[in-house]
Amino acid sequence: MLYIKCPHCGWRSQNEFSYGGDATVKRPELGKEVTDQEWNDFVYNRKSLRGKHWELWQHLSGCRQWIKVERDTATHEIFNTLKASEEIS
Amino acid sequence: MTQSFRLENVGLINRNKKLSFKFNGKVYYGYEGDTLASALIANGVHLVGRSFKYHRPRGFFGAGVDEPYAIVQLYRNGETEPNIKATEQELFEGLEATSVNCWPSVNFDIGAINNFLKIFLPAGFYYKTFMWPKSFWFKVYEPFIRKAAGLGVASIKHDKERYEHKYEYCDLLITGSGPSGLASAYSAAKNGARVILAEDKSRFGGTLLTSEVNIGNQSGKEWAESIISELKEMPNVTVKNRSQVFGYYDHNMLVMSERISDHLPKTKKFHPKQRLWYIRAKEVLISSGSIERPIVFGNNDTPGVMLSSAAKEYLKVYGVLVGKNPLIFTNNDSGYETAIEFQKNGINPIILDTRKDPKSEIVDEAKNLGINIKFSYVVVAAQGYKKVKSADIAKISEDKDQLGTVENIKCDCICVSGFWTPTIHLASQSGNKTKFKEDIDAFVPGKSKQNETTLGAANGTYTLEETLKNSFETGHKLSKEITKKDNKISFPNVIEKKSAVHDKFWCVPLPKGKNYKRFLDFQNDVAVSDIEIALKEGYRSIEHVKRYTTLGMATDQGKTSNLNGLQLVSKIENKVVPAVGHTTFRPPYSPVSIGAIVGREVGKHSKPTRKSPMHSWHEKNNAVFVDAGVWLRPRYYKQGNESLFEGSKREAKNVRTNVGVCDVTTLGKIDIKGPDAAELLNRVYTNAWLKLPVGKARYGVMLREDGIVMDDGTTTRISENHYHMTTTTAQAANVLSHLEYYLQLVWPELNVNVVSTTEQWAGAAIAGPKSRELLQKLFPKSDVSNEALPFMGYMEGDLFGVKARIFRISFSGELAFEVNVESDNGNFMWEKIMEVGQEFKIQPYGTEALSTLRIEMGHVAGSELDGRTIPYDNSLEGLLSKKKDFIGKRSLNREAFTAEDRQKVVGVVPLDKKTSIPEGSHLVKDSNAPLPNPKLGYISASCWSVEHDNPFSLAIVKDGKNMIGKKLFVMSPLKNKVIPVEIVSSHYVDPKGERVRS
Repeated sequence: MLYIKCPHCGWRSQNEFSYGGDATVKRPELGKEVTDQEWNDFVYNRKSLRGKHWELWQHLSGCRQWIKVERDTATHEIFNTLKASEEIS
Repeated sequence: MTQSFRLENVGLINRNKKLSFKFNGKVYYGYEGDTLASALIANGVHLVGRSFKYHRPRGFFGAGVDEPYAIVQLYRNGETEPNIKATEQELFEGLEATSVNCWPSVNFDIGAINNFLKIFLPAGFYYKTFMWPKSFWFKVYEPFIRKAAGLGVASIKHDKERYEHKYEYCDLLITGSGPSGLASAYSAAKNGARVILAEDKSRFGGTLLTSEVNIGNQSGKEWAESIISELKEMPNVTVKNRSQVFGYYDHNMLVMSERISDHLPKTKKFHPKQRLWYIRAKEVLISSGSIERPIVFGNNDTPGVMLSSAAKEYLKVYGVLVGKNPLIFTNNDSGYETAIEFQKNGINPIILDTRKDPKSEIVDEAKNLGINIKFSYVVVAAQGYKKVKSADIAKISEDKDQLGTVENIKCDCICVSGFWTPTIHLASQSGNKTKFKEDIDAFVPGKSKQNETTLGAANGTYTLEETLKNSFETGHKLSKEITKKDNKISFPNVIEKKSAVHDKFWCVPLPKGKNYKRFLDFQNDVAVSDIEIALKEGYRSIEHVKRYTTLGMATDQGKTSNLNGLQLVSKIENKVVPAVGHTTFRPPYSPVSIGAIVGREVGKHSKPTRKSPMHSWHEKNNAVFVDAGVWLRPRYYKQGNESLFEGSKREAKNVRTNVGVCDVTTLGKIDIKGPDAAELLNRVYTNAWLKLPVGKARYGVMLREDGIVMDDGTTTRISENHYHMTTTTAQAANVLSHLEYYLQLVWPELNVNVVSTTEQWAGAAIAGPKSRELLQKLFPKSDVSNEALPFMGYMEGDLFGVKARIFRISFSGELAFEVNVESDNGNFMWEKIMEVGQEFKIQPYGTEALSTLRIEMGHVAGSELDGRTIPYDNSLEGLLSKKKDFIGKRSLNREAFTAEDRQKVVGVVPLDKKTSIPEGSHLVKDSNAPLPNPKLGYISASCWSVEHDNPFSLAIVKDGKNMIGKKLFVMSPLKNKVIPVEIVSSHYVDPKGERVRS
């Protein structure tokens, strides 16, 4: 079970969180014209990386905040966690 | 029965407490402190089971977790448990156990015929033989194999025992209380670290209990006892025996099973049987020691052949002789220690040493004691069927290839030592890439992957002095980093005997003309010949060889077999062992009971049960409950002997004719506040929300980004910046997360707060033509007329002194209202509604009638909004705003979603107006078409229409809009039904929606 540092609550076990996928995906702005390809990339296409990956988790049984977690998908090592409002550098 | 193999005055057992037990129906006696194995051996019992494949007689091979085959079925306090190792099960008064893998009995086993058929049972036998005919697999082969090959029988009764889970955090977790575990725990504890020291066995001390060493001015055993008693007194230390750390998972999470009551005849009241610990440790010290390695020779699985360290442990810990005429077969000095113990207790052993002329203190001591030692000698084969009777031995050439003349000598046990294999399972599980250590012929942990350090024998360090020194230092160093304290322990003086180097010999060649089975893996019956066949057949990767031959699989995980298997593969392949590599060690290290893994989450405890505030009223009024997610909801209120069908029909009919009340507390409720609340709703729902006036509700549908309907419900504007959203019962949690996602990540600029209020409000739906009259009596001070409270209107009211919210919304197609009060007043509200409603012939209705009413009127719900349908499919396309963008809108342009013949919800009525249509059935054009019969759609929900008094279903059908009036067939292969049906509109009741607006 992973051990995740919630930027709001501190270190908590994985079973308090739920997974939310790639954190680098940006939703196209509302009302903006997007091509089929752009929309398809936003809804479906993910890189499924092996290695370092920024992803979203929600601290569901805690503060209910969505957070950004930099995790190695192969080793599960976690390098960094950010609040929803913080930009990935 | 006398314990004729028990020594007097030797061992750590309690001779003042004699215990009786039964094995295979026969009564024996042992002592407190025995294991089932030691007690059986004390009584001269060596035949405990039959082997997995060949059903050869099997006895004891080890003395603890290393045991590959002394597996029994245990009976305790009216329960039975399979796969218990006799070497681990502590004896208690009244214990009962039986052999497994034998039928009709361990002494006469029909399956043993496999032993004579072994030429036909080579590696991969099951893969090769039971392939055809295909139909034979389920009926003939599988049941036969299962019966013949099982290891014990699982109980099918509910387990009455209690199992607990515990979460723990510590600075250092130390796995094993041998010399390295004790030393590191002691120095870390003295440095103020929070330490958990786990010992698998009941006694602490590991090898210190059986080795002849001195630490300081104490014997090894005394030193261990003094350290343990000091550790137990320290507040920062948790010391646990009978506790095995069996798995090393991510982020330094380890799992340990503590066997609290397994050694007792009966679990004490309010005590668990076992406890599973989830331990998050800052640092892990693996001090799991090593396991002695067998030497491979002919018939080396005969009962009476065992590890020499096990023989020593039986003698020194339990005061039990594994034989009175022992033969020790060794390639290193460890065998001598066992021989010396025998000699000291008046038994004359013979030592066969594969080495030519080893020189060490221990060898000298054996010589001085007058022990008969034969150098450059090997055991060629054990003789005897159910117990060793003699051994064929021979001199072996210096290149270890040629055997001299084979002679036969009498013996009753053969104690084997092929040197030591570090127990690296936990390190390997943590992700540590192990490395091969040439001088000990075994793998040891390499670079640490997580915060783990391996110490002592588990790290290939076989001298006590070095082990203690490293362990004291490591415990100190790691604790210092955590606690920043620096209390050093002075290192004690160690006295131990020096050993000579071991001989890298591991397998005795077959003598000419003999074809003895030489076993590598005792649990899985894998012999040298099986590996040879696998390699001949082209299996190269050690992982493939493992799966093809079953080497190192199952509960044993290769504890005694792993390295000899690798030696063999590397020899045949002409590679070095590290080039072959080893297979992956997987948790659990040793079997863990399912009960411990499940813990308290059994039956109703497997998930929380949510009950509405009116639950006790429902109970008192004969409600039959149904699980709705984690909620319990009344399905119908039973009158007399009424069936579900009759009861729900009565309740639904009463709603259509009079008035009914339904508990709708379970609906998800989300309170939405903030100046941008309307904007949020406008983005989340498909329809327009910016102009909804205060005091009005609106029905809305929300999509996922891929265009699929996520949920539906009504949202009411309570005041300027305050909205009350309802969701379906099932999607409540998902919708809240969905809103939080968009507010926190996508549109953080929106000034809105959302919070779940599902449990804060109790809800009652009042539906039926007389509902307004009832409502007026409930709220005499309010004007609830159609003008003051129109369809989709909202007002607040006073329910006999209780503040209430009144929504005019309908799920039934009738004139209907929903009243919400704070949860604490839920029961009061319900009772008032029932009391006042009496004159209007009110009846409560459950979920079954609720479904009937919504199906009849064609209102889609969970069975249509099933994560596969878009708004069009549910005839909700009228709610799609063309003027604004919303979540998922862009996806609705997809080609499949705009196809002319896109599926759509329709109504289905059987032509005979009698036959009920099973949910999930398929719709086809021609019931006699050849298979696969093209499917046009499926039945999503079925009911008995109380309005029309015939069956009615909803279906989602291809080209649904053009299907109305068509005659099709419903097919349910599952229920073996073919029903001719007509497709009708999904709005089977009041298609114009006049009643809800009346």
